[in-house]
Amino acid sequence: MEEILTDLAHYITHQILKTPDKILRNDEPLISSGIIDSFHLIDLALYIEDRFGVKIEDTELNRQTFDNLNQLGELIWSKTTNR
Amino acid sequence: MNTLPKILLDACAAAPDKLILVLQSPRQEDKWLTNQDLLNGASIYANFLSINGIQPDDVVIIVLQHGVDLIYAFWGCILHGAIPSIMPFLTEKLSPEHYRQSLRSLIEVIQPTAVITYANFEAEIRKATQNTSVRAVLIRENIQSASAIPNHAYQGLEREENAIALLQHSSGTTGLQKGVALSHRAIMNQIQAYRNAIHLTAQDVIISWLPLYHDMGLIAGFLMPNLTQNLLVMMSPFDWVKSPVRLFQAVHRYRGTLTWLPNFAYNFCASKIRDREMEGIDLSTLRAVINCSEPMKFESHKIFLTRFQPYGLDPSALATCYAMAENVFAVSQGGIENPVTLDWINRMDLIYHHKANPAIPNGEAVCMLSAGKPISNTKVKIVGKFGRELGERNIGEIAIYSDCMLTEYYQRPDLTASAFQDGWYLTGDLGYIANGEIYITGRKKDLIIVGGKNIYPQDIENIANSVAGVYPGRVVAFGVFNDELGTEDVIVIAESEETNPIKRREIAEKVRLAINQSSDISVRQVLIVERGWLIKTSSGKIARLANREKYLKQLLNGSA
Repeated sequence: MEEILTDLAHYITHQILKTPDKILRNDEPLISSGIIDSFHLIDLALYIEDRFGVKIEDTELNRQTFDNLNQLGELIWSKTTNR
Repeated sequence: MNTLPKILLDACAAAPDKLILVLQSPRQEDKWLTNQDLLNGASIYANFLSINGIQPDDVVIIVLQHGVDLIYAFWGCILHGAIPSIMPFLTEKLSPEHYRQSLRSLIEVIQPTAVITYANFEAEIRKATQNTSVRAVLIRENIQSASAIPNHAYQGLEREENAIALLQHSSGTTGLQKGVALSHRAIMNQIQAYRNAIHLTAQDVIISWLPLYHDMGLIAGFLMPNLTQNLLVMMSPFDWVKSPVRLFQAVHRYRGTLTWLPNFAYNFCASKIRDREMEGIDLSTLRAVINCSEPMKFESHKIFLTRFQPYGLDPSALATCYAMAENVFAVSQGGIENPVTLDWINRMDLIYHHKANPAIPNGEAVCMLSAGKPISNTKVKIVGKFGRELGERNIGEIAIYSDCMLTEYYQRPDLTASAFQDGWYLTGDLGYIANGEIYITGRKKDLIIVGGKNIYPQDIENIANSVAGVYPGRVVAFGVFNDELGTEDVIVIAESEETNPIKRREIAEKVRLAINQSSDISVRQVLIVERGWLIKTSSGKIARLANREKYLKQLLNGSA
């Protein structure tokens, strides 16, 4: 799990925010804070699909489903184990 | 000539069972509406307004999510003769306090009589409407109490052609204070001229994911097809942005022929849609994909065509349009009769001499995408200093004259007066004319356009200014074009007395968060710099352009 979170944090800070020196906390809001804006939600979904082989549906790309790394990690984990 | 309510009622009387609108939502069956369905839905809203004491000519703010109620409420206002203005709904990232403030600043200028919203948003709206002109907050869930009224009773039928039909706003504190007031006559004149410009026929099917609080979505992607009786397939921008293939699925399913997109969407579709999502999709029915509402790039067209030609996209479908709410919508249209003209011009002459001199197509030259010829009711000229008209290939401010211009900026005679010069509307856009076609090169006004949305830098700067650690008044915001995204990135530079790099990073994060939650955009980069970094004008104001140049130079040197 920790590996998934580190990987996601790296992707978000490097590829989406383009600020590699930012430290993203696991409980830091992502969607409600605008850190990941609507144009980049799909990037995150595509990355997760390529990296972890699980599909995040477009209807799951909202703050009700996940709003921080912990919640996103759990979503990926549950999809991996339920396959 | 006619007014909007008359046209809607006539269309319904002529073909009540005609399918006119399809609304798409994820995981739901498409909702099909006939003319009669549309009229019935709108009619209930008209009655709802009536029984709540709303008078014709009253302004009604609509705060509803993209969907059938938004459409019914809009047409309900029109049938009743009230003036609708659609306000964007609260998004996932916007702070409710900021939303309330924006709404309040809009209300203070526009002086609306009513707001239509949902029950679960009522408390929020009421906080913004306390002690204002708003007499009624109308709740969508209470609408069952109203019933449809017979045709002859619509008060909207009494409206004159030159009466104001609707208001359009762009976003932000500054944009919200400029309600573009459009008359029935202006809207119908625009639609008449524009339908000719795009050779609209009864067979055309329009597919749109565009928001209705923006001129492109409101006019091209909603009002025009309803009034010309073309089938319109709509989806929410929030659904599209999470799954852009939906646009093409809709084109395929309903044999769509026309769609309007801001430039970024060309790049977005090309890079975010997977091959497997496109399997079996046929785009050959599309006769025009019209690029509009932000600077149009040849590269974006190329990327889009390369990506979707294998699925039947016709190269001749690529089209361009120059539009603004102040002219209802289109000023010019290109790419319908002939392919969009490419004009290669000399880069140095463009930058240093404000001339668009033809050049040999190579890496040294700039490839300009034509915005086409003015539509039949609109005249365009280029003006230089002191309002003097400039000749071909001279770059100056674009001025327009038409029979479809705004009546006024609502309740803002000061802004209205300064926008016109001898009856010509000064657009604030810079460009040139060559062989009768219009080319847009930049902007005179400090305006950032992100994904088709107009953002006023002063709004962004004001938000950054409120963050602790930022030296008050020493902030600049500007846009830098991002080739990969096909739109502008917003950059914010703020001075601070803080020298500790970790503390500076914290301030930068706070600025980013504040802007993200208090505006329609997400900022790309926040730079915290030492006191004295920002360049000021001789009058002591922060010079946006000069600071943008300084930033770009430092970026080239690898120090930004």
